Amino acid sequence: MKSKGKFGKYGGMFVPETLMPALEELEAAFNKYRNDKKFNRELNELLKDYAGRPTPLYFAKKFSAVCGCRVYLKREDLLHGGAHKTNNGLGQGLLAKYMGKKRLIAETGAGQHGFATALVGAYFGIPTEIYMGVEDIRRQHMNVLRMLVCGAKINPVSTGTGTLKEAINDALRDWITNIETTYYVFGTVAGPHPYPTIVKHFQKIIGKEARRQILRAEGRLPDAVVACVGGGSNAMGIFDAFRNDASVRLIGVEPGGKGINTPYHGASLTKGREGVFQGSLSYVLQNKEGQIQDTYSISAGLDYPGIGPEHPHLRDIRRAEYTTITDKEALAAFRLLSEVEGIIPALESAHAIAYAIKLGKKMKKSDIMVINLSGRGDKDMDHACNALGIKG
Amino acid sequence: MRAMHWGLRVEMDRYKKAFSKKKAFIPFTVVGDPDLKTSEQIIRTMIDSGADALELGIAFTDPIADGTTIQKADDRVLKRRTNLDEIFGVIKRIRKYSNEIPIGLLIYYNLIYQRGIEKFYRDAKNAGVDGILVADLPIEEAGDAVKAARKAKISPIFIVSPTTTANRLKKILRHARGFIYVVSLLGVTGARHRINPAVYRLLKFVKPKTKLPLAVGFGISKPEHVKAILSGGASGVIVGSAIVKIIEKNLGSKKRILSRISSYVRKMKSAT
Repeated sequence: MKSKGKFGKYGGMFVPETLMPALEELEAAFNKYRNDKKFNRELNELLKDYAGRPTPLYFAKKFSAVCGCRVYLKREDLLHGGAHKTNNGLGQGLLAKYMGKKRLIAETGAGQHGFATALVGAYFGIPTEIYMGVEDIRRQHMNVLRMLVCGAKINPVSTGTGTLKEAINDALRDWITNIETTYYVFGTVAGPHPYPTIVKHFQKIIGKEARRQILRAEGRLPDAVVACVGGGSNAMGIFDAFRNDASVRLIGVEPGGKGINTPYHGASLTKGREGVFQGSLSYVLQNKEGQIQDTYSISAGLDYPGIGPEHPHLRDIRRAEYTTITDKEALAAFRLLSEVEGIIPALESAHAIAYAIKLGKKMKKSDIMVINLSGRGDKDMDHACNALGIKG
Repeated sequence: MRAMHWGLRVEMDRYKKAFSKKKAFIPFTVVGDPDLKTSEQIIRTMIDSGADALELGIAFTDPIADGTTIQKADDRVLKRRTNLDEIFGVIKRIRKYSNEIPIGLLIYYNLIYQRGIEKFYRDAKNAGVDGILVADLPIEEAGDAVKAARKAKISPIFIVSPTTTANRLKKILRHARGFIYVVSLLGVTGARHRINPAVYRLLKFVKPKTKLPLAVGFGISKPEHVKAILSGGASGVIVGSAIVKIIEKNLGSKKRILSRISSYVRKMKSAT
C-alpha cells in the first residue's frame, strides 16, 4: 500500500487479510490510471457522449422565491441512469476493464448504484451481479427491473433489516470468495481504502462543473452548497471543488427518518459515534458495546448506519457542517419542487431540497445557494405517492 | 521488566504446550449460542471430549469474514441482548474449569475499539484469554491492538490466507504470536465438501518462515479433512461452522446438542 487512506484519524483498511492484496492491487491500478491520458480520454468521452455531461446548473426561479434567495440546482438527475452514481460506475467500470477483471459485483440501496453498475456491465460486456436488500427490492422495484433488463443478476439479501448495510456485507463476502476474477464496484465514499479516494475522484466532476458554471452565471462563488448524505458520495462530489473557498458553506443533510430522538433514522454523523465498520474508521450508529444499529429512512439511498470517513474529518476541521431532515420534511419537499419547478427529485435529494427551504429563511435575497440534485424521483413514485396519499 | 517477560512466557506456554505434545484439534463456537448457560456447557463438553485449544467467537452484527452459519449464530446471541461482560463471565468460568486449555477469541475490531483497546485486552486477560484474532484487522491497522496485547500478555493471532504475499507474510510474522491461523481457501467461514489444494501450497510457503505452529481453519468439517491437512504440515485444525451447525439443527434439545458435539469432537480429535 502506498497510502493508508486516512482523512485525519478516519479511514483506513479494516478488512480481513484475504482482501488486503486485492486492495493493494486496486490502489496500484488506480494510481496508474488516474492520470493516464488514454484512460481519461476514454472516460471523458463516455461521460460526455454516453452519460450526458456536463449536467446543467439550473437557476430555479420559482423555487428561489420559496427559499428567499438565489437557488441553483446541479442537475445530476439528468445524468444517464438518473443519478450521480453513473459518474462512479463508469469510472470504476473502466478501471475494471483496464485491470482485466472478468466479473463485476456491487451493492445497492436505492438501486441507483446497482443500475449504474448494471449499465456499465452491459456497456463493457462484463457479467454483473448486484447485492440488494429485500426491503430495498420492495421499495425500489423500478430500479430492480432496470438492472434486470440490462442483464445484471440480482442477489436478494434477507439478513438484518434487508437494506444497504447487509447488501454491502454480502458483496464483501462475495469479493473475499471470488477475489481473483472479480472487481467490486463500491458505490460510495465509504468502505476500506482506496474506495473513499477512488469514488471521490470519479464524483468530484460534479463540483468542478458546478463551480465553473456558477462563476459564469453569477460572477461569484455561492454562499452555500447543500447535498444529502448517506454514505456521502454526491456530497463529497460537489464539496470537493469548493473546499478551499472558505466563504462557501458546505452543508450535508442526513436522513432524520421519524426524528433523530427516535430510533428510526440514519443520521450517522449527527447521532453516531466513532467506530470501525465495513472497512473504515468513521462515524457509526451503534450501541454502547459497538454492535451496529438498525437504521431507518424513507429514502433507501440514505438508509445506512455508516458514512464515508472524509465527512467526519471535514466536520472536525470545521470545513463542513451536517444537519438532518425528517421523512415528512423530505416528502413535502419532494412534492413542492415537483409542483413549482416540474422537477421530481429522488427522495434522497429531497432531503437537500427540504433543508434549502429552511436555510433560505436565514439568507439574504441576493445570497446564492447551490443544491446538488443528485437524482431524479422516478424510482420513488409508488413509494412516495403512497406516503403522500396521492392516488392515480 | 523481568516479571513481565516471565509472565509473557507463561501465557504463551499454554499454546506452546498444546501444540508441542501432539497435533491440535481446535473447536470453535460463538459464546452465548444458543444461550449463555448452554454455551458454557458446550464449551466444557468440547474440553471433556478432547479439544486441545478453544477458539471462541464473539458475536457481532456484521461479521463480514463469516458465512451464513456463523452469522446466524451471532444473530441468536445478539437477539438475547447478551453483553460482553456476560461473555467474559462464561470465559472466566471456563478458565476455572480448565487451567491448561489455551483460549483464543475471534472478534471484530469495533467491539474492542468501543470498550477501549487497552481495557479490552486487560479484561480478556483477566477472564483467562490467551490469544486474540481480530477478523477485520490487517497488520497495517494492528499497531494499537498489538501494543495492547503485549501489555496485557495476550498473543496477537494473525491470519495468513492464500492471497497473502511474501512481503505481507514477513510483516505478519514480525507481530504474530501463539500460532498462525492459516485460512484454507478464498472465502468466508463455512463447511465445504472438499479441501482446496491451495492450502498445501500455502502451508509449504509459510512453514519454513516461522517457528509458530500453523493451525488451518475455514471449510474443515470431516475427519478425512483433518488427516489430509495435518499430513500436509499443519500443527492443528480449527473447526467452526460444522459445530455451530449442530447447535442450529438441535435448538429444540439441549441434551442432543451436547451429545452430538461430544461425539463430533471425539471423532474429529481421533483423526489428529
